[in-house]
Amino acid sequence: MEIKKIGRAGTVESNDISIVIEPSDKKDIEVELQSAVLKQFGRHIKALIIDTLQSKGVKSAYVKAVDKGAIDCVIKARTLTALYRAAESEEYVWEE
Amino acid sequence: MARLRRTMMYVPGNNPANIMGAHLYGADSIMFDLEDSVSIREKDSARFLVYYALKNLDFGNTETVVRINGLDTPFGRKDLEAIVRAKPDVIRIPKTERAKDVLEVESIIAEIEEKAGMEVGTIKLMAAIESPLGVINAFEIAKSSKRLIGIALGAEDFVTSMKTTRSKDGLELLMARSQVLMAARAANIYALDTVFSDINDDEGFIKEVELIKQLGFDGKSVIHPRQIPLVHKVYAPTEKEINHALRVLDAIKEAEEKSSGVIALDGKMIDAPIVERAYRTLELAKASGLYEGDN
Repeated sequence: MEIKKIGRAGTVESNDISIVIEPSDKKDIEVELQSAVLKQFGRHIKALIIDTLQSKGVKSAYVKAVDKGAIDCVIKARTLTALYRAAESEEYVWEE
Repeated sequence: MARLRRTMMYVPGNNPANIMGAHLYGADSIMFDLEDSVSIREKDSARFLVYYALKNLDFGNTETVVRINGLDTPFGRKDLEAIVRAKPDVIRIPKTERAKDVLEVESIIAEIEEKAGMEVGTIKLMAAIESPLGVINAFEIAKSSKRLIGIALGAEDFVTSMKTTRSKDGLELLMARSQVLMAARAANIYALDTVFSDINDDEGFIKEVELIKQLGFDGKSVIHPRQIPLVHKVYAPTEKEINHALRVLDAIKEAEEKSSGVIALDGKMIDAPIVERAYRTLELAKASGLYEGDN
């Protein structure tokens, strides 16, 4: 999927994560993460966001994430919502 | 043993904190909502969130229900494409007015189940009746599909259509409640009552639960965890009722052992409805933690 514009999803409420995906000139996915558990889970959260985007064929993007204690399935859901919004697509593909 | 549906708790579909903890309050069913509690701009995010929550979280023995948007909106079909694949126990259809509203949803679900390689018929349905036309057609709706496990009255839209408002004694809902309930009973499915919106009015809430239990409803939709134990308490049988139920079942057992045709207890004949009530009393007693036996 191609990032066409800024896509946002999620909130900064407890147990949620705010994700903002922007087009980038670089040839990789860069994630800037704020989280109270950055030291313990920062690497995991960034990897999950990058994996989720790569699974949809994204090669280049700049992501700003503010984590408020989201669990993995919430991080994945918010990342995909932001991606579809950024790609202006409603061609959802659900895993079986 | 039949599943108890004393409480079905609404959980807004776009709130991770509410979704994660939803099953911890002891409701018999939890209903993740994609419809009225989600703003039009967040329909996509709620759909993603509920989908991944159902795929990844363990809600234990709590029944999982998802209320989708109507098929007459741009969101209903998209909700089904996602939610069927996430396999909740039940999908709840809003604003049902005719049997065909259920059949349309059913046929789309079957199509998706087939595409996804799932067994067709796995996901059950529940229909919310929220308008005068829906109430009039309640029986036609209740018997429309084998997947339909229950119908629920949604009173807020209903009273608006009736040009009235909700009162504490619920007189304006008596006809609708009775008709929805009778339709459910005639079709042999569950009947659930509408929500009570004032979460701080325990007294009014309990009064309403007592009313709907006496009418014969299986349970009530609730909007806050604090309402759950109040409903369960009203539905809990008394010690006298539990003892009577146990004596009924003992009398049946004894009669079976003696190959006796007619069964009597305290000089009164025990027939099938009494036995059925005894079993239901014990089910409720078990769910309320008042009885641990095998019956």
